[in-house]
Amino acid sequence: MEPFRSVRGGGARAWLAAAEASLLRNLVGQIMTLVEPGASDPHRGDPQGGNPRSGKSQRGNPRPDDLDALEAMLYPPGAAQAPEDPVLARLLPDAYSDDPEAAGEFRKYTEPALRSAKYEVAKQLLDTLPEAGGRIQLSNDEALAWLKALNDVRLALGVRLGVTEEFEQEWAKLKPDDPQWTAYEVYAWLGAVQESLVQALA
Amino acid sequence: MSTAPAEVDLPRSADKPVSDRPWVTIVWNDPVNLMSYVTYVFQHVFGYPKKKATKLMLDVHHKGKAVVAAGAREAMEHNVEVLHGYGLWATVRQDK
Repeated sequence: MEPFRSVRGGGARAWLAAAEASLLRNLVGQIMTLVEPGASDPHRGDPQGGNPRSGKSQRGNPRPDDLDALEAMLYPPGAAQAPEDPVLARLLPDAYSDDPEAAGEFRKYTEPALRSAKYEVAKQLLDTLPEAGGRIQLSNDEALAWLKALNDVRLALGVRLGVTEEFEQEWAKLKPDDPQWTAYEVYAWLGAVQESLVQALA
Repeated sequence: MSTAPAEVDLPRSADKPVSDRPWVTIVWNDPVNLMSYVTYVFQHVFGYPKKKATKLMLDVHHKGKAVVAAGAREAMEHNVEVLHGYGLWATVRQDK
C-alpha cells in the first residue's frame, strides 16, 4: 500500500496491491450484505408469522379497523426493534439511549434510509477500487464515501474482535499463530488506510 | 372535508408546563473510531472550526460522551441520522 495523499484541486490518491484490493473488496461486500435494505436480521422479529403482507386477503380490499393494523402493513414486523446481532446494532444504533419507545419510532422511520446510505457508500468504494489493485484516484465525494465505508468495516470487525482502547496491547499479547492474529492485522491495516485518507482530506 | 371536534381541550395552567428545555445531540465514546476521523466529522457535519471540533472529540474520548449540538428536537434527530451515517455513536435527549 501507498497511503492516501491529497491531490491538488481536491480528492486523494493511493496505491493498493492486488491482495489488499481483494481483501478490501471482500470485507466491503460483507458489509453490503449485512446492511442491504430489506435484508433481514435473522435474530430480529418473526420472519414468518405475523407478517400481514403474507396473507392472501391483502390482495383484496383490506379494511384495517385500526391504525395499528394499517401501520403493520407498511412496516415489517420488528421494524422498531434494535438488531440483536451486535455488529448490526453498532452500525444501526438506537437514537435514544433512555427512551426505548422513541428509539423504536425513530428506527422505524429512519433505519431503511440509513441502511441504503451505508449500502451506497460501500458500493461507491467498490466502484472506485480497481479489480486487480493499483492506483486509486478519488474525487472529494468518493473520498467521503471511502471514509464512511472503511469506518463501517472497522466498526464491524472491531465489534467481532471485541477491541477496546487498548487495541495495540491486546494485539501484542496474541501469538502469531492465534486464529485472531490475522484479523487484528487487517483491523490495524484498515485503520492505517482510513487515517491516511482523513489526513489527506484535512 | 373533515369535521372538527365539537370540543377542544384547552390546556389548563396546571398541566401547561410544556418544557422549553432544548434538545441535544450526544456523541458517545467508542474504541473503534479514530480520533482524527471524529474531529473531521465534527468539522464537516457541523462546520465547527478545527479547534472546537478537536475539543469536542477529546471530551468524547476522556469523558465518555459530549453534547455536540443543541436546538430543536427535529434538528437533533437529523444530526443523529447524519452521524450514524458516518458511524459515530450518537443519540438525542432533552437537556436536563
